[in-house]
Amino acid sequence: MEVTLNVKRYDPDSSKPAAYYQEYTVEVNDTTILLDSLIQVREQIDETLTLRCSCRAAICGSCAMRVNGHAVLACKTKVMELLPKSGNTITIEPAGNMPVIKDLVVEFNVFWDKVKAVKPWLQPQGPPPQAEYIASNEAMQHLVGVTGCIMCGACVSDCTVLEVDKNFLGPAALAKAYRFVADPRDDADSVRLGELNEYGGIWDCTRCMQCVEVCPKGVDPMGRIMALRDKAMQYGYQNTYGARHATAFTELIKHGGTLDELRLPIKTYGMFNIKQMVKLIPIGIRSQLKGKRPPIFHKAIPGVENVRRIFKKVENKR
Amino acid sequence: MIDQDVLVIGAGLAGMRAALAAAENGSSVAVITKVYPVRSHSNAAQGGINAALTDRGDKWEDHAYDTVKGSDYLGDQDAISVMCEEAGQEVINMEHYGTIFSRDDSGHLGVRAFGGQRQARTFFVADFTGQALLHVLHEQVLKHKVKVYEEWFVLSLVMEDGECCGVTAMDMRTGEIHTFRAKAVILASGGLGRVFEPSTNALICTGDGMAQAYRAGGSLMDMEMVQYHPTTLKSNGALMSEAARGEGGYLLNSEGERFMKKYAPNMMELASRDVVSRAEQTEINEGRGVNGCVFLDCRHLGEKVINERLVTIREAGIDFAGADMVYEPVPIRPGMHYIMGGIQTTVDGVTNVPGLYAAGETACVSVHGGNRLGANSLLDTLVFGKRSGLHAAEYSKKTTAKNIGDSSAKDEKVRIQALLDRTDGNEAFGKIRLEMGQTMNEHLAVYRDQQGMEKAREKIKELQGRYQNVIVQDKGKTFNTNLIFTLELGFMLDCAEAIVASALERKESRGAHTRKDMPKRDDENWLKHVVVTRTEGGPSISYKPVVITQWEPQERKY
Ligand SMILES: Cc1cc2nc3c(=O)[nH]c(=O)nc-3n(C[C@H](O)[C@H](O)[C@H](O)COP(=O)(O)OP(=O)(O)OC[C@H]3O[C@@H](n4cnc5c(N)ncnc54)[C@H](O)[C@@H]3O)c2cc1C
Ligand code: SF4
Ligand code: SF4
Ligand code: FES
Repeated sequence: MEVTLNVKRYDPDSSKPAAYYQEYTVEVNDTTILLDSLIQVREQIDETLTLRCSCRAAICGSCAMRVNGHAVLACKTKVMELLPKSGNTITIEPAGNMPVIKDLVVEFNVFWDKVKAVKPWLQPQGPPPQAEYIASNEAMQHLVGVTGCIMCGACVSDCTVLEVDKNFLGPAALAKAYRFVADPRDDADSVRLGELNEYGGIWDCTRCMQCVEVCPKGVDPMGRIMALRDKAMQYGYQNTYGARHATAFTELIKHGGTLDELRLPIKTYGMFNIKQMVKLIPIGIRSQLKGKRPPIFHKAIPGVENVRRIFKKVENKR
Repeated sequence: MIDQDVLVIGAGLAGMRAALAAAENGSSVAVITKVYPVRSHSNAAQGGINAALTDRGDKWEDHAYDTVKGSDYLGDQDAISVMCEEAGQEVINMEHYGTIFSRDDSGHLGVRAFGGQRQARTFFVADFTGQALLHVLHEQVLKHKVKVYEEWFVLSLVMEDGECCGVTAMDMRTGEIHTFRAKAVILASGGLGRVFEPSTNALICTGDGMAQAYRAGGSLMDMEMVQYHPTTLKSNGALMSEAARGEGGYLLNSEGERFMKKYAPNMMELASRDVVSRAEQTEINEGRGVNGCVFLDCRHLGEKVINERLVTIREAGIDFAGADMVYEPVPIRPGMHYIMGGIQTTVDGVTNVPGLYAAGETACVSVHGGNRLGANSLLDTLVFGKRSGLHAAEYSKKTTAKNIGDSSAKDEKVRIQALLDRTDGNEAFGKIRLEMGQTMNEHLAVYRDQQGMEKAREKIKELQGRYQNVIVQDKGKTFNTNLIFTLELGFMLDCAEAIVASALERKESRGAHTRKDMPKRDDENWLKHVVVTRTEGGPSISYKPVVITQWEPQERKY
């Protein structure tokens, strides 16, 4: 069938650079991959259409872009799956949270700078052994999920915090940090966690789940961030604003079985830390605009007893 | 002008390993790459990396013998020995850098079986070994603060008095062209898969380095040796890793028969790749295929093993062939995968052009000869990447930089402006690339013959002519991929020329070069490498004897 690709374009070299939309019509079937359609446009209809892509196999991380408002990997997505309920037009835009260079090509240095900031290399203590480090297969298998990250930036594109706070390290960099903290061979956990405990680090995530939803490789950045929070607490990072955030969080969950995001900031910063509270306002407004705002009145969810029991168990263990 | 001791072109495994070796040796080193390092094609390697670890009873000599035999005795045995002897150390080094290799029950590195080898010695990370290694090397490059020019496109080598003393490159962000001066240049710019259509290779694998060396007087060797991988998907040429057979997958024909028993009764599905691909093609040609494919059957492995060890290829099967290997056999066929040939080098990456080094898929040492064993390529990139980095670092200490001025960049600017300004043409890069790819895939595939190859030669000549009339629609400076693709096409056509010329030269069947009209291997006349250089009159051929140390050529049986 015929499908219209409505592509957001931007050419910085034109005399009056401004973004505009251009429609291309392509023929697709049930299995046509979006990237192949875009390549078809680029090779047969309009050679000036610019995007990054290489592997065509969801492994090089080049081709993240926004389709109908959400980040996808173009080489891993079938066109038919993207069609809205009515009509046959798909809107394609560059990935978000990174400045646009041209058409679908965005400035990725923003992304790499955050990755570099977590000192993403193994930091073992002392010289390496003669042969390999001995590590359990279980521990290595556990890291397979997070090292599967292809640095495509889909999560960064759609992260709700990054939209309002450029300082946030963001899902990909934090997932990368987790990869080292969880590696039995790495001995810098304490220092790493101390740094991640700062402003811009693990406590700034609002747990909106966007990164988990859009990640094409099942990396679960948010889950990694939560695991880092646990670790930070274990390492005794208790007195900073972040850990207080979590203490409040724990209380809230115990209380209602689910997270009351509206109460969380107050607990974290204290009712009268006006400056920090104001900083959070845009996040609230944005979430509301996107329909992601948590319900204002939280009821205890069914099974809250269970949640409380789990907390008790964990607490007793410690 | 930008000045360096050692300049590495390419940030795949070979390039980054070379850069680290040179940096650790104290040289000023920079890397230029047309994509961000982790986007390099090395990330596509799924299966693993070979090494004989002596502390567990494997011998490097056994690995070397398997490699020699796999190469159909065209590999140079001195080079193969170097690679196999240093393999263990390189794998351990990558583990120390942080690679999360799979382990056995005792916490040591685990292995899987791979084709053409009598012993399981392939180390792996699930089924994304290449990605895992590439990301780890990138981490080390960041740690050592090696300067990387990301999204810069190298246009040509700068030559002075027959020596290589730098490159010209375009900053893709701005379209600006600069001269880089260096005492040593290491080409680590990867393979040329896109010369063929389809191919398992990424879109960036366009043979730039080979063509740049060829244009500057460098020798290309073994270019006729093009590997067709036995298990690729029909729809888009995507690879189903050999790991599927390594873990125990079967190949079936339309009658449900494990046909490999007719061709390789001992090794079955794990015979070397040229053997398996020929067997499949024969089955298909003789009518025992379905829609030009045979089947990869992994159902008996069970969902657990598949999810733990083959998850990426399970996904590829679902996404691109609509077949979930847990429940059904996946239709596959031989597809273009790898070039054994490349820029001729010594075991230290030294080429015939002073100041120029090469490593990785773009180079030909030759350790793969007529056929590369699965999981030997990653090893090749690391061992010879490192060796060329070290050698180039030492070389640069003894060399003074040439006084070259900026004229090369100026020449390139003029050439490229002329290309952009061209108005009297009617050709598009996409069309020529497709015709080239289809021609090569028709006539230089698993089975070849004189007539077909001659047709290909004429066609490539024709396309080179038509290339002069290509119009680039995008006239902009910023991120002009239209221009980049057009330049890459120029490189690819030169690579195609070298492949066809070399293939026409070899008048026998050996390894991946199988001629229907000359089906026998002829050790008496052809136990030698075909070397091609460029002259004004076109490709010119010479030979280099194969180095034989301890393994006398024998008939190959699997
Ligand atoms: C699908 C697939 C699976 C594979 N599986 C395995 C396996 O399991 N085991 C194994 O051993 N081998 C495998 N191989 C082969 C192996 O992956 C490659 O041969 C190897 O990774 C090549 O590495 P390289 O460093 O030489 O080049 P690449 O990784 O391709 O890197 C090339 C670099 O050069 C740069 N470059 C190129 N041209 C230019 C230019 N003009 N200007 C600037 N920069 C440039 C690129 O940006 C890139 O950084 C596989 C190959 C494929 C296609
Ligand atoms: S869950 Fe956290 S990291 Fe993930 S997108 Fe939301 S705010 Fe960003
Ligand atoms: S975490 Fe997922 S979405 Fe984010 S960069 Fe990695 S692979 Fe892409
Ligand atoms: S093209 Fe490589 S991830 Fe899509």
